Amino acid sequence: MMNADTDSKTFFGFWVYLMSDCILFATLFATYAVLHKGTFGGPSGKELFNLPYALVETFLLLISSFTSGLAMMKIGPENKHRVLGWFFVTFLLGAGFVGMEINEFYHMIQEGNGPARSGFLTSFFTLVGTHGFHVSMGLIWMVIFMAQAFCQGLTPVILRRFVCLKLFWHFLDVVWIFIFTFVYLMGVLG
Amino acid sequence: MKESYHSVGKYKAYLIGFILCIVLTLASYFMVTERLFSVQTIFFTIIGLAIVQTFVQLVCFLSLGKEPKPHWNSIVFLFAAIVLIILVFGSMWIMYHLEYRLMSMPAEGM
Repeated sequence: MMNADTDSKTFFGFWVYLMSDCILFATLFATYAVLHKGTFGGPSGKELFNLPYALVETFLLLISSFTSGLAMMKIGPENKHRVLGWFFVTFLLGAGFVGMEINEFYHMIQEGNGPARSGFLTSFFTLVGTHGFHVSMGLIWMVIFMAQAFCQGLTPVILRRFVCLKLFWHFLDVVWIFIFTFVYLMGVLG
Repeated sequence: MKESYHSVGKYKAYLIGFILCIVLTLASYFMVTERLFSVQTIFFTIIGLAIVQTFVQLVCFLSLGKEPKPHWNSIVFLFAAIVLIILVFGSMWIMYHLEYRLMSMPAEGM
């Protein structure tokens, strides 16, 4: 039986991980800030970015962040189906986000604007790709926990894991706010 | 403490946070697409909106500042924020100065 003390230590440790991940993203944002004007004769953000498309991605991630919160609302071993149900919705929305991003990257690379095209595109693919990679890992993580919860029920250990996953998911949405603003909106603003 | 503060999510806080995030996202989106103001005004407004939205999410979704005393989570967050600001603005500052000096090199006759 896990007690509240162990739980709060775990959540604090996980929070420290999230904050160090935040610094990882800060270095990538700094790289992007320095390189974003280096288009080397290639297209700039203004020509490449499709704002309505990025807005849909933003909403997919925002809604999935909200549904992951709903999943963990007033939890107990008795509401296993509700927790699993909301996480399933979260998973679908997250998968939609990753799918849209892969599609966006695919078309950019097809048109010859891959990461090797210019310094701007290298930093763009690294920053947005690292975020997308985090989201993809979160999705795999979610499937594993859902399978565990399905087989073993919502034991205190599994609940604690779900809380960490929820924090991770919210954190990724916070990072996306900055990608949407500094990369997409400012790229189009010129 | 029967349940952790993380698991006892406040439904109302979540709903308010969610609606605020939608409003803030749409506000910055339409600032850029409609172009009712000068580029500089839009630039600083969307930065402001992003920072406000970050705090809305930190407080409503991540329950920052609601942890029991002493507020270790907030302290770690503040430390990370300071490192982040030094890292991003420091890099930009150094690189722009470097660019400026490299650009002015031929004019100075090397």
